[in-house]
Amino acid sequence: MLEIQNLTAGYGAIAAIREISLEVPEGKVVSIIGANGAGKSTLLKAVSGLNNHRSGRILFQGKNIVDMPANRIVSLGLSQVAEGRQIFAHMTVEDNIHLGAYLYYRRSNKREIRDRIERIYELFPILSKRARQISGTLSGGEQQMLAIGRALMTRPRLLLLDEPSMGLAPIVVQEIFHTIERLNREGMTILLVEQNARAALQIADFAYVLETGRVVLHGPASDLINDNQIKEAYLGG
Amino acid sequence: METISAASQLFQFIVTGLTVGAIYAMVAIGFNIIYNVTEIINLAQGEFVMLGGLIMVFMHVTVGLPMILAFVTAVLLVTLTGMLLDRLAIKPIRQPSVMTLIIATIAASIVIKGTAMLIWGKSPYDLPAFSGRTPIELGGVIIQPQYLWVIGFLVVVTIGLTLFFNRTILGKAMAACADNPDAARLVGINVQYMVLLSFALSAAIGAIAGMTLTPIALMDYDRGAMLAIKGFGAAILGGLGSFSGAVLGGLLIGLIESLGAGFLLSGYKDAYALIVLLLVLFLRPSGIMGNFEVTKFKRF
Repeated sequence: MLEIQNLTAGYGAIAAIREISLEVPEGKVVSIIGANGAGKSTLLKAVSGLNNHRSGRILFQGKNIVDMPANRIVSLGLSQVAEGRQIFAHMTVEDNIHLGAYLYYRRSNKREIRDRIERIYELFPILSKRARQISGTLSGGEQQMLAIGRALMTRPRLLLLDEPSMGLAPIVVQEIFHTIERLNREGMTILLVEQNARAALQIADFAYVLETGRVVLHGPASDLINDNQIKEAYLGG
Repeated sequence: METISAASQLFQFIVTGLTVGAIYAMVAIGFNIIYNVTEIINLAQGEFVMLGGLIMVFMHVTVGLPMILAFVTAVLLVTLTGMLLDRLAIKPIRQPSVMTLIIATIAASIVIKGTAMLIWGKSPYDLPAFSGRTPIELGGVIIQPQYLWVIGFLVVVTIGLTLFFNRTILGKAMAACADNPDAARLVGINVQYMVLLSFALSAAIGAIAGMTLTPIALMDYDRGAMLAIKGFGAAILGGLGSFSGAVLGGLLIGLIESLGAGFLLSGYKDAYALIVLLLVLFLRPSGIMGNFEVTKFKRF
């Protein structure tokens, strides 16, 4: 579904990732793990178009999206939940979710939008309780749920998640990961970037290990989780 | 007898103050729209007002178009100017900081002003009032019908914008750009298009302010800067970004100016707004309706 070939990206003249190639097959969960500063977020931002200092090829459903702006990429069905839960903090939870449907917000799609909102409230019941609240006042976990919910509103076929566990209590992390698994079971393809390598490898089909901007290892997640090198470097021995 | 005339004098000052204040409020609203989407203070906002007035004079008096038609054409032309301002002065700047963009708007304002001077010269122009100049007398207070037009437009603009930004997806998408531009792009909002739209909307409202003001106070090429400063004072006083704040701030500045000129020193008429502006910046930079916490997050 997503095929990245020789992707180099960074900020200005500095390349944070170099010549990365990876593949996300339809219906699978692919995890990218690596230490802080390995280039994981840069990679996701290059795919979603938030970072447009990029070269190489990014094929999404066979179409090269490397020169497209972020707002067009999302219209193709590739949606990113950005690092640090980029929500509209001054707006209500409801408005955030509605804006997820911005690209098809028409009277004729009213029913679909309502159904999708209902589904998001069913995935994250707490959001329906908080619907009228200003989203900046939500807890970290609730904000993450809102960010995922809003991304789901964009009708994605591939969901990019950047550090969904960041700064969250273990029990909340577990809930978020359960949701990711559930979304995948229901057919969503997922590309997940995580520092929490154990959690990321447990739900992934395939995984890539990034070090200083390059892929140093990749393979089925079940192999990597038993790899001694990985165990030592990322899983705490 | 004397107390009655003092009272009616006071009311007269209040009426004129509110009218001028309504103009400042519209200028402040123009500032807020662009600020809310881009965090830019568009210092060419006053030029939109000036252009609105002068183009309306041209269309109605010089060309002879009927009032309504002249009004619509002038709004459209000024809106177009606003869009050109974005496309020619704002969008081409690479790696923009808010400060660079603000300076670009100053440059644009000088260009617009110079062009207006070349077209219309330096003399002020008059425009017939929208519904005549027969004053309405109310208990010794004289109200020009045009005053009602000014207030009426302020009400319509304020209600319209409040509905637009709170009830429509397009309005919310515009606000989303200021709230979090990256997140806005991730839900498919074309941020550059929203910036263009904010300039168009601001220009249109500036034009309306100019067209309603001209029959009361004439219009010449050089009026933009002072209107912008007072409108900016109103926006700051009310709390930058808040529409209700802009209305409140505009009306207050108009009142202070009118009462100050009437009862204190009329020579300092233009200074009162600036004194208020300075006081607010010193004492309460977030303004009346502004949220200090929110202000802190802003980029400058």
